[in-house]
Amino acid sequence: MKTHVTTTINRATVEFLCQPRQSLLEVLRDELSLTGCKEGCNNGNCGACTVMLDGLPVDSCLVLAVEAEGAVIETVEGIAKQGHLHPLQQCFLEGAALQCGICTPGFLVTAKALLEKNPQPSEQEIRFGLAGNLCRCTGYDKIVRAVQATSKASPES
Amino acid sequence: MSTEVADNTSDTESPATYKVIGTRPVRHDGADKVTGKAVYTDDLHVPNMVFGAFVRSPHAHARIVSIDTSEAEKMPGVLATCTSADLPDPWDKVDNLGEGCVNYAHLSGNVLARKKALYKGHAVAAVAATDSYLAQEAARRIKVEYEPLPATMSVQDAMKEDAPLLHDELITHTLGEEPARPSNIASHIQFEKGNIDEGFAAADVVIEREFKTATVHQGYIEPHVSVALWNEDGRLKIWTATQGSFVVRQQMAELLKMPVSQITIVPCEIGGGFGGKISVYEQPVAAVLSRKCGRPVKIMMQRDEVFEATGPTPASFMRVKLGATKDGRLTAGNAWLAFDAGAFPGGVIGPGAMCVFSCYDLPHATVDGFDVVLNKPKTQAYRAPGSTHVAFATECVIDELAERLEIDPIEFRLNNAAKEGTRRVDGPVYPRVGLVECLQAIQNSDHWKSPLTGPNRGRGVACGFWFNCGLKSSVTANVNADGTVTLIEGSTDIGGTRTSIAMQLAETLGITAEDVIPQVVDTDSVGFTDVTGGSRTTFATGLAAHEAALDIQEQMVEQAAKIWECSQDEVTVVNGVYQGNGKSLPFKELAVEADKVGSPIVGRGAVDPQGSTNAFAVNLVDVEVDPETGKVTILRFTVCQDAGKAIHPSYVEGQMQGGSAQGIGWALNEEYFYGDDGHMRNASFLDYRMPTCYDLPMIDTIIVEVPNPDHPYGVRGVGEVPIVPPPPAIANAIYRATGVRFFELPMSPPTVWNAIKGQTTGD
Repeated sequence: MKTHVTTTINRATVEFLCQPRQSLLEVLRDELSLTGCKEGCNNGNCGACTVMLDGLPVDSCLVLAVEAEGAVIETVEGIAKQGHLHPLQQCFLEGAALQCGICTPGFLVTAKALLEKNPQPSEQEIRFGLAGNLCRCTGYDKIVRAVQATSKASPES
Repeated sequence: MSTEVADNTSDTESPATYKVIGTRPVRHDGADKVTGKAVYTDDLHVPNMVFGAFVRSPHAHARIVSIDTSEAEKMPGVLATCTSADLPDPWDKVDNLGEGCVNYAHLSGNVLARKKALYKGHAVAAVAATDSYLAQEAARRIKVEYEPLPATMSVQDAMKEDAPLLHDELITHTLGEEPARPSNIASHIQFEKGNIDEGFAAADVVIEREFKTATVHQGYIEPHVSVALWNEDGRLKIWTATQGSFVVRQQMAELLKMPVSQITIVPCEIGGGFGGKISVYEQPVAAVLSRKCGRPVKIMMQRDEVFEATGPTPASFMRVKLGATKDGRLTAGNAWLAFDAGAFPGGVIGPGAMCVFSCYDLPHATVDGFDVVLNKPKTQAYRAPGSTHVAFATECVIDELAERLEIDPIEFRLNNAAKEGTRRVDGPVYPRVGLVECLQAIQNSDHWKSPLTGPNRGRGVACGFWFNCGLKSSVTANVNADGTVTLIEGSTDIGGTRTSIAMQLAETLGITAEDVIPQVVDTDSVGFTDVTGGSRTTFATGLAAHEAALDIQEQMVEQAAKIWECSQDEVTVVNGVYQGNGKSLPFKELAVEADKVGSPIVGRGAVDPQGSTNAFAVNLVDVEVDPETGKVTILRFTVCQDAGKAIHPSYVEGQMQGGSAQGIGWALNEEYFYGDDGHMRNASFLDYRMPTCYDLPMIDTIIVEVPNPDHPYGVRGVGEVPIVPPPPAIANAIYRATGVRFFELPMSPPTVWNAIKGQTTGD
């Protein structure tokens, strides 16, 4: 028995059928081919599956897909617009803020949400804001710096 | 906690003599990885694919009495089951996988348990079904009857005479007389240099301490995952997350007893490895399930399976004794090291024993190392495998000696630092190495020169060593009609090596990094290439790329001579500009011309550099200890490392920072908690406490460049050694903050709190 769900994903209306037990992560990846969000733990510990759900960053592995009815979702695939990388993506590249890259989509979604809420965060606010996302490669130094660089370059500064 | 953004750019990099090397271009796979387009193994949906799941032992040690798959097989949608009976009888053959050896009998028994389950989580059977939920449900319906056996969970217990035996026929491999009875001691390694009695007799101060470290995991964010397709013509194709596609092919061929030519391994993007994604786990099982059901089978581990049933790095029990004279010269060292191998022989005791005194010029030393099996998952490499354990022991004793002798801890290390000509206890004599330069760079750093003040604060220093290796690498480089070069390589890119390798090709040819298009391809499409491990990839595959560039250059000269109607001897190449017969063209323009007149230009590079390139790192760390909770906060952290030559400094810094963060986690929080039943109690990222962004300060880096004479650009490799010094550097800092020395990892809040409390109450 599948449930029909209508959502907005990356600014487009998307309909899908899902089992009640399927997580949003599973539907995004397996049904909608939005494989940018990653499964690292499937229990909300690592943040690799972070997506925006109605304006808040959430671990999509902890959201049931049926709960997404009527929701507005943005995934990492929706961050770059009209063929242009978002400044945050650009700063991640220029600042070498990724190594293996598996956690990168989650960090980008979380960091973008952080900067939208607080365009000029302190280092501590950045570290607190990103603490739900695990990275095992970088030691976070260059990730924090990339967020700082994005913030410095933004029009508000 | 650092509140300022410290300038962490290197202050000792050599002046720019290169056009590409030493610059910081955007990585070639960057856009894919920031937009979610990069394809990792779990992102694959191979047509007609089905899903596999494991049945795992609930016991730490048990005889497998029977396995009944019949009920699972009756379920609609269940397509195949698999047990060890489906794998060929393993042969007792030892093979080199590049970074470490494997015995295929043990490997086969680890992939699927044969007569006994040797640790909790040991795979016993597997099933394939049309969806992953169904596969998991079917796995629960496979009935395994066990006869539980007593388990042994620590090296100290496992080494006892009356310990429960894991392997009934395991006789200690030793230089001395082989024991008559089996035991859990798989091997005993011994090294000896000079005369230790004489050495200790010459010492004014001798300190001996006992150390313990807990089991820790590499903690890569991507779980192990593979898709296997065993075709009706007998060909096997596997898409997988691995550090080395060719060593997966080699392991599959041996485990399944089929020729390597029948197997194609496609390395997808890999979400971290750190030594843990070299051995196979799910790959052979997915392959057998695919053969049985005729469809591609994907198996992805859950996070608890990754913790419980892949290869963490060992727990250890160590004694280190060092002697020194009043004027600060080390005279002798003795180390007794027992590492847990996990359930099968062959842990990382070998490199551990070789590294224990590797930072120092010790005239007299002995080392005894023991490889001990017990009822925990088979241990594997983790970034400088074995070296972090022994550095914790040695560097803490060194610090105590320096203190006792009232000598500055850096000066004491400088007095005794390994340098060119120093013979290690295991034999090799160092060529030119950079430990002294790293210690001096730390002495000259702003961090060292800035006094640390305030209560409960302390500063610590420590050194670390890792061999780094060469091994085999192949590349092919195709010159395109527009003058760019496509670089075909076999090294999986875990941290930006596409770019660091491409930059070396670009430098040699005199083109830009962006003019090179690096591609990591499958095992049918490039020559043999060893693992991305051993800090070898930028060094060895970079060397292959340099060779390919020289090959291209030779062919370009040939074409230039044809185009310009002169002899090849008259063509010169300076900084990528070709000149001859009064004419001159840069590489790219000449390549466009050459494309019109001659055969395609294809360069090849195939190398197998021998020996070590010898990496050293030094840490300086300031901590603050909360006396109420025992929590240790890292206030400031500087890592200095000899990179030989930093090809892409940002990614060198990244390795240094990432390795440091892992070392900090190992020092302060990470450990496997085991219950009395031998079950891991914290098999999740929430409870296995890796550092988050909020736990760390900025990690300042100082890159020292003492060129490696065996590489055209001086590269030594950088990946592993930064994990080594953090635990002892932090222990030494905590001592200065609290007055308590720590001999056990991790130095987690309860451990630290208890120790401080014991000190103040005199317990």
